[in-house]
Amino acid sequence: MNQFYLSSLLAVFVLALIAWLGALGLPWLFGIVLPYLAVLIFIVGVVRRIVGWSRSPVPFAIPTTAGQQKTMPWIQQAKIDNPSTTIGVVARMALEILTFRSLFRNTRMKMNGEEGRISYHLEVFLWLFALAFHYAFLTTLVRHLRFFLEPVPWCIQMLGTLDGFMKIEILYNPIQVGLPGVYLSGIVLLAAVIFLFLRRLFVANVRYISLASDYFPLFLIMGIAFTGILMRYFIKADVAAIKELTMGLVTFSPSVPAGISPLFYIHLFFVCVLLAYFPYSKLMHMGGIFLSPTRNMRTNTREARHVNPWNYPVKVHTYEAYEDEFREKMVEAGLPVEKMPAPAEAAATEEEEKE
Amino acid sequence: MADETPKPQELLDRIAYQPPAKHWMDVPVNIRKGMYCYASNPKSVEYLSMPNARPWNPLEDDWQLPENWQQILHEGFKERLEKFRSIKVFMDICVRCGACADKCHFFIGTGDPKNMPVLRAELLRSVYRNDFTALGKVLGRLNGARPMTLDVLKEWWYYLFQCTECRRCSLFCPYGIDTAEITIFGRELLNLLGLNIDWVATPVANCYRTGNHLGIQPHAFKDMLDFFVDDIEEITGLRCEQTFNEKGADILFITPSGDVFADPGTYTCMGYMMLFHYLKEKYGLKVTWSTYASEGGNFGFFTSHETMKRLNAKMYLEARRLGVKWILGGECGHMWRVINQYMDTMNGPADFLETPVNPITGTVYQNAASTKMVHISEFTADLIRHGKLELDPSRNDNKIITFHDSCNPARGMGMFEEPRYVIKSVANHFYEMPANTIREQTFCCGSGAGLNAGENMELRMAGGLPRANAVKYVHETFGVNMLACVCAIDRAALPASMEYWVPEVDVTGVTELVANALILPGEQERTMDLRSEPLPGMEEADE
Amino acid sequence: MGLMAQLALRKDVVVDKWFARVVDTYPAETARFLRSQKDPFANPVGRTTHQQLGTLVALLDADWNPDTARSALDPIMRIRAVQDFSAARATGFVFDLKQVIRGLMKSPDDARWIGDLKQLDRLIDEMALISFDLFMGCREKVYELKANEMKDRTYKAFAKAGLIKEVDDE
Repeated sequence: MNQFYLSSLLAVFVLALIAWLGALGLPWLFGIVLPYLAVLIFIVGVVRRIVGWSRSPVPFAIPTTAGQQKTMPWIQQAKIDNPSTTIGVVARMALEILTFRSLFRNTRMKMNGEEGRISYHLEVFLWLFALAFHYAFLTTLVRHLRFFLEPVPWCIQMLGTLDGFMKIEILYNPIQVGLPGVYLSGIVLLAAVIFLFLRRLFVANVRYISLASDYFPLFLIMGIAFTGILMRYFIKADVAAIKELTMGLVTFSPSVPAGISPLFYIHLFFVCVLLAYFPYSKLMHMGGIFLSPTRNMRTNTREARHVNPWNYPVKVHTYEAYEDEFREKMVEAGLPVEKMPAPAEAAATEEEEKE
Repeated sequence: MADETPKPQELLDRIAYQPPAKHWMDVPVNIRKGMYCYASNPKSVEYLSMPNARPWNPLEDDWQLPENWQQILHEGFKERLEKFRSIKVFMDICVRCGACADKCHFFIGTGDPKNMPVLRAELLRSVYRNDFTALGKVLGRLNGARPMTLDVLKEWWYYLFQCTECRRCSLFCPYGIDTAEITIFGRELLNLLGLNIDWVATPVANCYRTGNHLGIQPHAFKDMLDFFVDDIEEITGLRCEQTFNEKGADILFITPSGDVFADPGTYTCMGYMMLFHYLKEKYGLKVTWSTYASEGGNFGFFTSHETMKRLNAKMYLEARRLGVKWILGGECGHMWRVINQYMDTMNGPADFLETPVNPITGTVYQNAASTKMVHISEFTADLIRHGKLELDPSRNDNKIITFHDSCNPARGMGMFEEPRYVIKSVANHFYEMPANTIREQTFCCGSGAGLNAGENMELRMAGGLPRANAVKYVHETFGVNMLACVCAIDRAALPASMEYWVPEVDVTGVTELVANALILPGEQERTMDLRSEPLPGMEEADE
Repeated sequence: MGLMAQLALRKDVVVDKWFARVVDTYPAETARFLRSQKDPFANPVGRTTHQQLGTLVALLDADWNPDTARSALDPIMRIRAVQDFSAARATGFVFDLKQVIRGLMKSPDDARWIGDLKQLDRLIDEMALISFDLFMGCREKVYELKANEMKDRTYKAFAKAGLIKEVDDE
């Protein structure tokens, strides 16, 4: 089983090496061509994947009901867990997507019957770190918009300020004085991703189900966060030059300024790989969660008819065929029948047989 | 702390104990006696004109597969990916977080890691990646892909028939991936190769032909109910005659045929008959049974979507033929999943029926406006709420009751309060099992989805452990001696499970409890309950 | 202090170590779950086993009573009898207790323990014998349930043939 995470780890190291060599020899390839290519693959891939999913119809309404159904008015319906209206579904999906509600179900504290104390399980950490990971990722992503927008909108500046603590430098000051602002999101991201990796490694049954495609994105994101943190706090990168590069990319007038450290190219290359890998991997759960029929459908399945676009007629055993087979026994038992077995009919059959 | 350090000898011993750490793909399937159900009878498969009917034996190496079986599977897989978004999405988005891993009653009970829901799905996903994804084709096993081989097929068969489609795992999945959906789909593929189990295939064929799983012919069906009329007369002094196939009745009643033939379901069946008699005498309500649509259950659901539709069609066909206003459904689990989430789509619209209205209380079942079918618990709860049933709950005083939420009415419908309200109205002693074992988190009986055969008893007992364990707890804590449920498979399967795990607890349907408490107009003084056991306080009179 | 009294003092350690060995009779992926999930309803196998092992260890120090031992072993054997275990593997865990106790002693070969250990081994052997009985009882129960299902099926076959009435009339 080691092959799965060792190969993933190795792959990430090789990628780093490639980027480092590329930075020295082919900065335009790694600074311009690959980023464009990666974004293109990402967009086309994601769109294709989502369109692919949407092309398959939803033949049946199969929501998982997690609370009381709507019936009689005196019974309180669980309007979010068993949503019979669109508003309910939206609320359910929002809670799913924003708070990972189903995952949280895992984590309920329980009385330990035997010893009589409350025990916390590792599962609460899965929910917590998964949530931390995704929000930290989002924050980091949004924060990075400052490299792609000029002037930087106030809301992104605001986010940076909120995210950073002990921040004493001015955002655009290329010469930073003192301790740079520590971005909480970057640290949380790295910590969460390390937790998720260690969980995969040390929890036997999770290790058992893990594939290389589970470890690889973790290592990749670890690499991204690590190189990012290195550049910000330890091996200071030339932010002005980087912004020149990124602004060149978004304004479609790309150029490669001198003086960008190889570390940045590694960081950038990791991001490119992640973008290109995204549509072909489990990372597509980001889009898939919106399309999950057990969560995104109304539960009013008896109230409104769901239409199956490929519904086709099937062969059924009709009542007539049934009665034909059992008519005599039914009559004998006093059960009503559609067609009484008239003696004439019996005679007719006999005649037919004669012919 | 020194105590915590294992001694070398101990370590050695322990290592010897552990099975070799192998990747799951390298652990070949071991089809174990007691864990699988017998192969489908070819005659049953043939009767429904399903493909590849033949005798075969799961224990033999050669499963007598058609020459091009891999191609059949591949094409079947492809076709279904195009027809079901659920499958397509569920194949792609699992991140293997493991949240579902320990939620399955079969994993909890058997300890077999391949019973972790995520792994059950990976059995199919591994083949999907190999056949349908670019990365899987390039990276192969590194990306969790593997080609379809005979061993993989056997693994599919073995583990897809160790899933009861209860959806408990789906509740905990952050993306709502539903293993029931995966099992339904996988079994549908297996059926393309004629690989069903007989406990499903034969009831399906019977149901198709005679109208019910047991193959009860119309006259025998009536005979059985006539028996119950005699039994009820002994208890109440009244003859609760029922009508069959009656045109122009108000309501068509359909319930699983299991209740007609197997204890303790038979008592629930008697309960329905007494309730309908009461409603006829008091309010003139005409309820009719059908011998043609004499099966509420639908083992087609455990075979393929098409088979489910073929069997389910009878409900609407019969309702239309008889000209009833709407349909009332008895206590059954998967029957209600089919009715609640599939019937209208498959065989509707039922525009020849009326929006269900309880003529006695005036309650409009808006929630069933389109499907036009109401659950007996919804119906009874409404009657009780409006004070339309005269009840003596003390007749159930010797029963200390808990309620088992059946998987399908729980996670495929959300019917939690109605049966509880009914039980609390007809009995005085009711206790809930622990919160993480009831309602939407309920544990399966361990025998659902067609797995309630006899030959797989070890599987059933192991799968039934989590449920039984919670029953044992309320038995020991509150003295619970009666496990109520609204599912015919529960009534067929839980008695065995109780007999093994908690022998002091019996199983009952909810309507049986209702009928015990129901004061029929003109009845004699009752000394016995429906099981012909003395009522509380009547123990002396019995002798 | 006698061996039994010392054991009583370290009961929790003995139980945990014994439990760890029982759990290791399951696949590694399952063992972690059995060990770590502390909710008795989410993890009936692990918690039942742990609880009953505790009762058994306590029994060593208290007045030995085979009936109590039987009722403590019953839930464990009831579970193992329907899982993927041979008779030997299902019951073998009982003997592990001997190793667990010796492993905890600084000098198990010391002459002063001979008598106590002998007594202990005898009790553990008795536990093992009881568990064999229980295992067999459970297996018989399973087959009885199977037989009942078959009987039930025959009954249904009669019913299908419309013979129930005749059968009943006799």
